[in-house]
Amino acid sequence: MSDTAVASHPLVDGAVGPGCKKVDPIVVADGVTRQFGGLKAVDVEHVEIPRGQITALIGPNGAGKTTFFNLLTGFDKPNTGSWSFEGRSLARVPAFKVARAGMVRTFQLTKSLGRLTVLQNMLLGATKQGGENFFTAIVKPLWAKREDEITKRAEDLLTRFKLDAKKDDYAASLSGGQRKLLEMARALMSEPTLVMLDEPMAGVNPALTQSLLGHIRGLKEEGMSVLFVEHDMHMVRHISDWVIVMAEGRIVAEGPPETVMTDQAVIDAYLGAHHDEDLGEMEVELDLPTVEEAEAAAEKKHEQQEGNH
Amino acid sequence: MRLAVPPALRMPRGLTLIVATFVAAVAMVLGLGVAGASATSATPAPPAEGAQFTVGGIIQAGPGNPIEGAEVLVEGNGIEETGVTGADGRWSVALPGPGEYTATLDPDSLPEGIEPTQPDNLTRQVNASTTSTINLLFPVGEEGAAPVVRDEGALLADRIWTQVVNGIIFGLFLALAAIGISLIFGTTGLNNFAHGEMVTFGAIVFWFLSAAFREMAFPLNVILAGVITLVASGAFGWAQDAGIHKPLRSRGVKLVQAMIVTIGLSLAVRYVFVIIFGTGDQTLNVGFSGAVDIGAARVSWTSVASAIISAVILVLVGLFLTRTRIGKATRAVSDNASLAAASGINVDRIIRIVWVLAGTLTGLSGVLYGLYRGVSWDMGFQILLLLFAAVTLGGLGSAFGALVGALFIGLATEVSAVWLPNDLRYAIALVILILVLLVRPQGFLGRKERIG
Amino acid sequence: MDWGTILGNAISQIASPTTAAYALAAIGISVHFGYTGLLNFGQAGFMAIGAYAFAIATLGFGWPVWAALLMVILASVVFAFILGLPTLRLRADYLAIVTIAAAEIVRYVVSTTGLTPVTGGASGLSGFSGGFYALNPIPEGTYGFGPFTYTADGWWVRIVGWTLVAIATVLVWLLMRSPWGRVVKGIREDEDAVRSLGKNVYSYKMQSLVLGGVLGGLAGFVFILPRAVQPGNYGTALTFFIYTLLLLGGAATVFGPIVGAMIFWVVLSLSNGIIVGLVESGIVSFLTPDQAGQIRFIIVGVALMLLVIFRPQGIFGNKKELSFSV
Ligand SMILES: Nc1ncnc2c1ncn2[C@@H]1O[C@H](COP(=O)(O)OP(=O)(O)O)[C@@H](O)[C@H]1O
Ligand SMILES: [Mg+2]
Repeated sequence: MSDTAVASHPLVDGAVGPGCKKVDPIVVADGVTRQFGGLKAVDVEHVEIPRGQITALIGPNGAGKTTFFNLLTGFDKPNTGSWSFEGRSLARVPAFKVARAGMVRTFQLTKSLGRLTVLQNMLLGATKQGGENFFTAIVKPLWAKREDEITKRAEDLLTRFKLDAKKDDYAASLSGGQRKLLEMARALMSEPTLVMLDEPMAGVNPALTQSLLGHIRGLKEEGMSVLFVEHDMHMVRHISDWVIVMAEGRIVAEGPPETVMTDQAVIDAYLGAHHDEDLGEMEVELDLPTVEEAEAAAEKKHEQQEGNH
Repeated sequence: MRLAVPPALRMPRGLTLIVATFVAAVAMVLGLGVAGASATSATPAPPAEGAQFTVGGIIQAGPGNPIEGAEVLVEGNGIEETGVTGADGRWSVALPGPGEYTATLDPDSLPEGIEPTQPDNLTRQVNASTTSTINLLFPVGEEGAAPVVRDEGALLADRIWTQVVNGIIFGLFLALAAIGISLIFGTTGLNNFAHGEMVTFGAIVFWFLSAAFREMAFPLNVILAGVITLVASGAFGWAQDAGIHKPLRSRGVKLVQAMIVTIGLSLAVRYVFVIIFGTGDQTLNVGFSGAVDIGAARVSWTSVASAIISAVILVLVGLFLTRTRIGKATRAVSDNASLAAASGINVDRIIRIVWVLAGTLTGLSGVLYGLYRGVSWDMGFQILLLLFAAVTLGGLGSAFGALVGALFIGLATEVSAVWLPNDLRYAIALVILILVLLVRPQGFLGRKERIG
Repeated sequence: MDWGTILGNAISQIASPTTAAYALAAIGISVHFGYTGLLNFGQAGFMAIGAYAFAIATLGFGWPVWAALLMVILASVVFAFILGLPTLRLRADYLAIVTIAAAEIVRYVVSTTGLTPVTGGASGLSGFSGGFYALNPIPEGTYGFGPFTYTADGWWVRIVGWTLVAIATVLVWLLMRSPWGRVVKGIREDEDAVRSLGKNVYSYKMQSLVLGGVLGGLAGFVFILPRAVQPGNYGTALTFFIYTLLLLGGAATVFGPIVGAMIFWVVLSLSNGIIVGLVESGIVSFLTPDQAGQIRFIIVGVALMLLVIFRPQGIFGNKKELSFSV
């Protein structure tokens, strides 16, 4: 069914196609399924995420991307399946241990900790803090040194993300886009090996998107692997090395960004079958919703979600 | 605080319909009950049967051999009364209200040649609380003969059966109130800690009204008092939403805060009840008398009628939720409020209707529960946790789940009283709640929530 | 009306052992609710556990005071685990329902007739504080001035009560400025976010539940020193009194619980004195003295509602936090 011209790729071991083997995978997942009532939200037979690259996970709304993220990071439990991270099985490992193993995620709906300051948000991301132990916490000299180190690192990161001026403000006072930045910076405090970003651009002011893109590229330069979910095809094409396409819970296509957009399976996934347009020309439609709408929608969804808790 | 005094209730058309059906059902069922009552009152009923709390039983020397003229002395709570068995071996004594009593069989009152088979066990402790009709068994047999007690198994089976019947009745009352909690939680996410006071409100209003209408003939007084109580209860629900929760929602106040507001309201309202009603227990006597035997269980006609009313209303609520437009909209709001709003449903209006409906149902539950076990200022607060347990067991926010949970809790509390001391039976319901949360946190019928 | 007595009674509440007990219990709730966001509605249960543990260890086992106090702590820890294990993985409202239910179970169990030999049943226990007062180093006599005049034993119970409050305050302050405090405050804001940063949220919630619960148990111990243990005292109203005073002082502030407890009791005593005075002097004729005694509950209920709506950060809480509410 695939009419891609590229049959092989330097990242791939063998032929390019959905579920293809990678030369150097960091995550390998097998037979992962998650059912909600009658709906099979995730049904991934086999997928591998390449190490040291920026991989985009795309697909129409409701394709199961967020659910797949939740499963990989231990925030949800699959019906079946197993997966490994750097060769170590992570199936049924609780979320906090997944994060400690070096696989850190952000959320589609930002989860900044409103009544902590921006700096405290950052410090919370740091690992190996003796002061997080109940008994050690009481005696400040036991953790003061580590606190200084991580404060330094946090301030550096905040400067890089242009949040240094806000460091003593409550996170709740930041704009939606700044919260996204903060969440990403906070995830980096733990020096992860794989960063998983769920819609990092949604709701972000267009003025900030360029710098966000830069930051994501920067992660790769520092040797991290990145897996991100995004709707903005322009951005996907711009920064990703590899694209995985999900639809109705399955991996329907994979490939380098230049060619995957022309894959018939991808066009079908987005537009339904019987369309033969090139997705590259569909950008305008695919860029929907506009940034303002997305920001408003994200805020609204966020409020409503808080209302439900 | 803007504690709104309800203006004339502007009821949406669908709701008027429900209330009308409601009233018709109450009238119908009571009418039905009257027929039954007059049938029983044709034979001179012992004076005890009209009262709210009775203790009684059958004294017989083996099946088909009832003892006439045996005497049981009932003492406690300021009364000292003797129940005498009739030709059918039955005796009963009216109790003035809930409390601790003792019942003693007088062995000298037994006819020649008959003696108690358990001579050491002639005095029984009786704890009247939620169960209004308490059955005691004093086994007796032919003198000298090997004690022909009904075998232990059959006695136990009788007691269990009695408690099962009581449990279903109690569970039905709980269900009326629990569905209110569940609907409010489903549509707004709020755990209403003032819900117990809505139960008490119904009972107290009904108590005042039935006292005021004392002069009126039997069915009319109940129907009039019932209708006014239900309207007032609906208005109480309306006032809570209009006066407190709607403004809180518009201010964007978080749910935890709103929940603490309901706790404050519960405390304040409960002590308003104390001031206007006092701390004593009052029985509700609507002049409706008679009792019926359902197997080994003796149940007053009032309870039977109440149970039937509850069941009918529960069915109507079910039909309302699944068949009417407003009911479907209610379920849509419970499912996903913003989606419902986006598809043109007026969410605030639905929530208002839910509060009025919950108030009405809960007030009715209070009336029926008050008829069953008497009225007190904290009767609703006492069962609030059972209501939460019922709703949690069924799955927070599921109306059908609330019904199942309420029946389960009703049965668990009553049936456990067969083995456990009476003062621990509420504890048992709460222990079950904790155990179920361990195994199936989303309740019997609930859904898991989303992350991310 | 005797204004002198009414005012004197009200002022003396500032230092009363009951106020100390409430403050201690409120520090526990500030750890749970104010810092960690745990909805423990069963603090009355922890106080009951503490009270009965002390009384039973003293009366039943004849243990010395220090051993009975260890028993108080141990029993509170166990109770916290029982509550926490099924609920801390679930949504916040489940903890609320389970804790309030468990507190009621405790009350039902200690007042059940079958346990009268151990718990005293509905009438409770008394005569357990002899060992505690025997430790009093202050010579017999009456000391102090004005409304703050107490016997040696009166001083002893106040000193012990308020010392415990001071220790708890310092401990909680030390913890909340540390990385441990940062984690629990993060959990209050959004536990999934904290989980995604590699923290064992369940374990932290449990630690917080245990810490606040032990403070509640110790509050139960302080609470019974001047009185008998009676199951009726540990109803849900007690928990909500503590929430009210905590919200009064500020749920996530260092001195909020103490200031809140003092204001709470002074205002309650004052309003009660005035209402009862009005009734007794015949100025208010539509209430009986009994009914007048109930008005305090209405005042607390309404105060709780108003506080949580209009000043969720407490009357002295941080203005800045107001804009984000709880
Ligand atoms: N907790 C849940 N309960 C029921 N259905 C869910 C839940 N979470 C996700 N879904 C459903 O699973 C499908 C995939 O959702 P999601 O993973 O959020 O998609 P995406 O992130 O790709 O937009 C959707 O149809 C969604 O409605
Ligand atoms: Mg998504």
